[in-house]
Amino acid sequence: MSSAAIEAYAQQMALVGNPSSLHSAGRAARRAVEEAREQVAGSLGARPSEVVFTGGGTEADNLAVKGLFWARRVSHPERRRILVSAVEHHAVLDPAFWMAEHAGAEIVLLAVDSRGVLDVDALRAELAAHADEIALVSVMWANNEVGAVQPIDAVVAAARPYGVPVHSDAVQAVGHVPVDFAASGLDALTLTGHKLGGPVGAGALLVRRSLEVTPVLHGGGQERGIRSGTLDTAGIRSFAVAVAESVAARETTAPRLASLRDRLLRGVAERVPSATLRGPDPAVEPELRLPGNAHLTFAGCEGDSLLYLLDSAGVQSSTGSACQAGVPQPSHVLLALGIDEDDARGALRFSFGATSTESDVDLVLEVLPDAVARATTAGLTSVGTRRPRSDREVSS
Amino acid sequence: MKVLAAMSGGVDSAVAAARVVDAGHEVVGVHMALSRNRNQFREGSRGCCSIEDAGDARRAADVLGIPYYVWDLSEKFEETVVADFLSEYAAGRTPNPCVRCNEHIKFEALLDKATALGFDAVATGHYAQVLTSTRADGTELRELHRSPNTAKDQSYVLAVMGPDRLQRAMFPLGAFETKDEVRAEAAARGLSVSAKPDSYDICFVADGDTQGFLRERLGAKTGDIVDSDGTVLGEHEGAYTYTVGQRKGLRLGRPAADGKPRYVLDIQPVSNTVVVGPAEMLSVDRVVGDQSVWLADDVLEAHGVGTPDAPGAGASSAEPSAWIDAEVQVRAHGEPVPARVRSVPDASGPTGGMEVELVGATLRGVAAGQSLVAYLGTRVLGQSTVVSSSRSRPAEPAGVGAAEPARSA
Repeated sequence: MSSAAIEAYAQQMALVGNPSSLHSAGRAARRAVEEAREQVAGSLGARPSEVVFTGGGTEADNLAVKGLFWARRVSHPERRRILVSAVEHHAVLDPAFWMAEHAGAEIVLLAVDSRGVLDVDALRAELAAHADEIALVSVMWANNEVGAVQPIDAVVAAARPYGVPVHSDAVQAVGHVPVDFAASGLDALTLTGHKLGGPVGAGALLVRRSLEVTPVLHGGGQERGIRSGTLDTAGIRSFAVAVAESVAARETTAPRLASLRDRLLRGVAERVPSATLRGPDPAVEPELRLPGNAHLTFAGCEGDSLLYLLDSAGVQSSTGSACQAGVPQPSHVLLALGIDEDDARGALRFSFGATSTESDVDLVLEVLPDAVARATTAGLTSVGTRRPRSDREVSS
Repeated sequence: MKVLAAMSGGVDSAVAAARVVDAGHEVVGVHMALSRNRNQFREGSRGCCSIEDAGDARRAADVLGIPYYVWDLSEKFEETVVADFLSEYAAGRTPNPCVRCNEHIKFEALLDKATALGFDAVATGHYAQVLTSTRADGTELRELHRSPNTAKDQSYVLAVMGPDRLQRAMFPLGAFETKDEVRAEAAARGLSVSAKPDSYDICFVADGDTQGFLRERLGAKTGDIVDSDGTVLGEHEGAYTYTVGQRKGLRLGRPAADGKPRYVLDIQPVSNTVVVGPAEMLSVDRVVGDQSVWLADDVLEAHGVGTPDAPGAGASSAEPSAWIDAEVQVRAHGEPVPARVRSVPDASGPTGGMEVELVGATLRGVAAGQSLVAYLGTRVLGQSTVVSSSRSRPAEPAGVGAAEPARSA
């Protein structure tokens, strides 16, 4: 967390007052919340009344997918389709699939190209064919694994004529690329604190006042009845500080991260021939990739070997695979890009952030070649199986 | 040394890892994810490798202050251990999946991966001992021995790993006398798994219903149950559900003519027939195994096998060795039986076969596919997989004349 976010959190933690109470202490807490709301809104081109505080990005995504779908179905029961990109985070995909199993939704996965960028023509075709059956569209602003920035303007322009609401998970985008809620034309947008130097457990759904949203959490009616639960004043304040800071710093931060990332990629290309860049190539289309994101696959390696070797050398990266019930599965994002399962197993994502430095890049370039060499050997040792015994002659 | 501690989430592997840390080695804990079947992720930890087990292993690693990772070996496990389990049963043999897991996964796939990633050894929580001695030429000889805890001794399932793998295996629990001591040590170290029950059953059969698992994967196939003359006595729903030596579950309806209980003598997968007969026909005193693994090349050399200048090179030779006085064991917790053992050339593979002649004893119900381990005292001499067993002389002294023909399965 940034020091300003920590300070705001620590300060607020020491104060008593439930923001929903009407006495002085409550009103003081309420004031902190409302100032935070204005701060978030102002940083993102939204109105304060459009900001719904949640317990993070996953909760906001659930609220968007379920809340918008359920509300729409009340007035339009024939609208059962939920369109989601094939590279959405699980926080969008899983609620959508859950709705298919339990709430009569029909999921349409929108394809992406080999860079991970949405095929807008396919979206247009789907809208043209089934507009009256569609409840909502959800396409992330930028993908967390391969960094692909999505054509949100085109998505909104495509859906608008049909009156289909569009939600975007902007968790990775805020603070890295310009995000303006009003200008985007989106109906709903998700962001979270822990990607911005703020606390885990605090986030928001920006949602237009005109939209009906069915709550996921019922209770005391906070956040205009959309999201019940005592407001986490300290978390909210800290979150707002982090949002404001990162958005304000973006014009300086983004180029700095991009430069670190690009040097890493150049260095890897020179030293590790078996590495393949995944996602849009920043040397060609820099505007299509998050500035701090690098993603590579290493032929013949397994991610867990690479992860171990790098971790023990002081480089903490991610294999990007979702840990389903303890067993790593190949990433659905990489599979959606058309990468085959074997290649998807040897994937590493390097993300740069506020505290990243040139010496971080130096360290990676120093340890990566040997790690890849070892991991390649380890990958090869898992090949080949014994001839099964029953192949041999069986006497009767 | 850099040691990979295989941590199942159980108390044995946790204490084993702790001891390696205490010995001053650089230790990394790894939990193997072996199951791809979501049904295997059982909520209540009854055996091995549920999510809870991975969590227990992680907590143990936290307490020990070592890095912890989960490695996915499920594909290899399915291809080797589970596939072997099914193909053996389908072929009328009785597999031991724990032996195959040690052979293909723990001391092959895992060990090879660990070696490639810079580890010097893999440590597990098995109850067995590695004792070292010096050969005549000054090189180190590593011997695999039983654990002093005879009830828990697992040398039987480890023997299959062979001498090369033994070079890089560590068994820190080797000298423990009792399980209680292990649990007490776990508790003293603050390891919450000290009270966790031991795992049992086959780790990849989630609900413990092995028969159901086999039926699901192999399908029901009706066939005849016959006696040794070939007379049809009844019907079965799948030869794979029977094991040589089995008495229960035959459901033959009428008793044998002599009123004695009947046992499964043989399973014939090609005709899908199960042969039953009285107990005395179960007794064997000769066993032949193949795919042998010898862990005492010094002993073999002394009995005429292998080249003196290539210790550990294995037992391949064009001639049988001399007979070696030993004891053999055919079940994980079976009593060892006095025997003489020799290595024989085997056409099926480079490792050769093992011939066993029991001395003054018989074994009952030795099924093909079982693991056969020969011991010299507490030292493991070698391991092989049973191909056939026979009786060289009648089991009962009175009235039954000639030798029975060799029975193979």
